[in-house]
Amino acid sequence: MLKIRDLRVAVEDKEILKGINLEVNAGEVHAIMGPNGSGKSTLAQVLAGRETYQVTSGEVLYEGKDLLKMPPEERAREGIFLAFQYPIEIPGISNSYFLKAALNAIRKHKGLEELDAMEFLTLAKQKLKIVEMDPSFLNRPVNEGFSGGEKKRNEIFQMAILEPKLAILDETDSGLDIDALKIVANGINKLRSKDNAIILVTHYQRLLNYVIPDYVHVLFDGRIIKSGGKELALELEEKGYDWIKEEVETVRS
Amino acid sequence: MSNETSTLETLTSQEYKYGFVTEIEEETVPKGLNEDIIRLISSKKKEPDFLLEWRLKAYRHWLTMKEPKWANVHYPPIDYQDIIYYAAPKRKPKWNSLEEVDPELLRTFERLGIPLEEQKRLSGVAVDAVFDSVSVATTYKEKLAELGIIFCSFSEAVQNYPDLVQRYLGSVVPYTDNFFAALNSAVFSDGSFCYIPKGVRCPMELSTYFRINASETGQFERTLIIAEEGAYVSYLEGCTAPMRDENQLHAAVVELIAHKNAEIKYSTVQNWYPGDKDGKGGIYNFVTKRGLCLGDNSKISWTQVETGSAITWKYPSVILKGDNSVGEFYSVALTNNYQQADTGTKMIHIGKNTRSTVISKGISAGHGNNTYRGLIKITKSASGARNYSQCDSLLIGDKCGAHTFPYIEVRNNSARLEHEATTSKIGEDQLFYCNQRGLSTEDAVNLIVNGYCKEVFHHLPMEFAVEAQKLLAVSLEGSVG
Ligand SMILES: Nc1ncnc2c1ncn2[C@@H]1O[C@H](COP(=O)(O)OP(=O)(O)OP(=O)(O)O)[C@@H](O)[C@H]1O
Ligand SMILES: [Mg+2]
Repeated sequence: MLKIRDLRVAVEDKEILKGINLEVNAGEVHAIMGPNGSGKSTLAQVLAGRETYQVTSGEVLYEGKDLLKMPPEERAREGIFLAFQYPIEIPGISNSYFLKAALNAIRKHKGLEELDAMEFLTLAKQKLKIVEMDPSFLNRPVNEGFSGGEKKRNEIFQMAILEPKLAILDETDSGLDIDALKIVANGINKLRSKDNAIILVTHYQRLLNYVIPDYVHVLFDGRIIKSGGKELALELEEKGYDWIKEEVETVRS
Repeated sequence: MSNETSTLETLTSQEYKYGFVTEIEEETVPKGLNEDIIRLISSKKKEPDFLLEWRLKAYRHWLTMKEPKWANVHYPPIDYQDIIYYAAPKRKPKWNSLEEVDPELLRTFERLGIPLEEQKRLSGVAVDAVFDSVSVATTYKEKLAELGIIFCSFSEAVQNYPDLVQRYLGSVVPYTDNFFAALNSAVFSDGSFCYIPKGVRCPMELSTYFRINASETGQFERTLIIAEEGAYVSYLEGCTAPMRDENQLHAAVVELIAHKNAEIKYSTVQNWYPGDKDGKGGIYNFVTKRGLCLGDNSKISWTQVETGSAITWKYPSVILKGDNSVGEFYSVALTNNYQQADTGTKMIHIGKNTRSTVISKGISAGHGNNTYRGLIKITKSASGARNYSQCDSLLIGDKCGAHTFPYIEVRNNSARLEHEATTSKIGEDQLFYCNQRGLSTEDAVNLIVNGYCKEVFHHLPMEFAVEAQKLLAVSLEGSVG
């Protein structure tokens, strides 16, 4: 589904991603971990098409197509969803109006009929249940005045509506209380299928207890320095990142 | 970053969609302004003496006045001798049905998306179409006449109802009021006249579509609306103008009079040609609009959506004279490219327990400059007066500007005033978030802008709200990079 080859990315001449290689197949869940500032969000944003970042070399294929050539809205319509680490507020536009416009843009792209207000409402109410959100959130402006945890849940709610093929969740578990974490995990698991893939950016094992990853990667200073199975996350939780850094350094020297 | 800025630039610099010139033969008077020209206009229109006298007084007063320079707008000096002050379609039209109307004119309306036929049949809107300076199509007149409602061109009113005209003309905006009002009073060519008798609710929205057509013809419209005791009327004004190079002066005067328990709702969707991407051409729109809540419990609301003009200078105002009278102002003003707008309102509280509400939404894009200037004046007699003002500015891109000048004068300390102001910016973050959910940048901007303007659109009649939304979209649209 997704093939990243030697991806290098810079912001204002500062190199942030220094050669990323990653392959994600349909049906897989990949967790990306790594210390603050290592480039996890940068990778997520570049995959979603943020123009602030300059891709200096490398390529990304998404379902065989050159992802880097596609504008962000086309990537979204082709099934890429990014749950933002810091969801954006859009005052004046209700959550439901916004999501209906988004869903219909995607449906139109797929050649499906657009949903009218009633059909959308029915769907939205059903999906709200997955994330256990109150219907009043539909009428509130997008993310405005939402608590940190509510914003994260709202991202998962949007994902549930838009049903992406490739979901990239950037620290969606941060700032959630224990119950909310379970709810969010449940929402993510609902999307899991043999046709979809998920990339989870996280700092904590606790999410991975509920959403069990097939692969875990450690991103450090713009490179994936170690990959493994779900045990790797447990090991990181226990030992931190220093041992991997040391391991890498000994290999290099 | 520069990449994103340029996306915003192309996005907000779409060409004017309604720019085209209709070929209808015009009869004009020579360029320039003097007493003879005024006499000529007046005689061409076969006006009664009182009106000629009034025009001449206005002209003489205008000669003593200076063009106002205090607005936050900039333009080259206007040569008032280089303007043609009167133009009328050559064949004096007196149509009984649409079939008799010049097909070219009908096509113009169709290209503007306002087929008269459709409007007549579907929406029940009576249309008094002011084409250049003389009305050529009026509909639904008989139906309105049955109720005693007069809705006609100003010239017709001068001929048929001279007493009403004489009584009310200049009673809200005297010719001494300001430079442009004086000029208008001297040379106004036509406009609309509307009279709702006592106790009558006008059963349909009255609508006028203005359109500047003859090249270099200044437009000096005059509108007078009178609602007698207990009457109600909702009046719609909409305009589009053809693309051209010369700057065009438009100095209209609108006067509203609401007697006891009467209500007048005046809605405008304004789309004069704003000038090209570099600010060349475009309409200068200097308008004096004022309503007088003369009787107790009367109400006047102005709702306007402005997307056009190179320069807009406009402050629809309400004088709240009657006790318990209500004044409202809801406005969306968009400036794009090099457009400049200096708009706002004045609410003059004179009667007891008078209330006013001001909701102003300014949108600036490109190099647009948007200024809100509002005056809330509470006179000594206005005990218990209340005002709520909210002035919001939305910036799209970082080359545009927004300015707010709220003036408050309170002479009665029982008054209660509330003022809120916000400035927000459509950020790249928001656009990217929308993009990531599948929305194009264009749709995202429209979505955000519409959300921002909702409070004002809400006060427009349904069809107009839809039109306003489209206009904003067109004005902001562009080839996304
Ligand atoms: N727009 C930007 N301008 C300048 N520097 C940036 C920009 N975006 C990211 N960076 C820098 O790139 C590095 C990687 O940032 P990124 O947000 O990808 O880290 P992260 O791995 O997601 O960290 P965290 O775990 O704290 O979320 C950081 O040093 C950050 O300061
Ligand atoms: Mg991050």
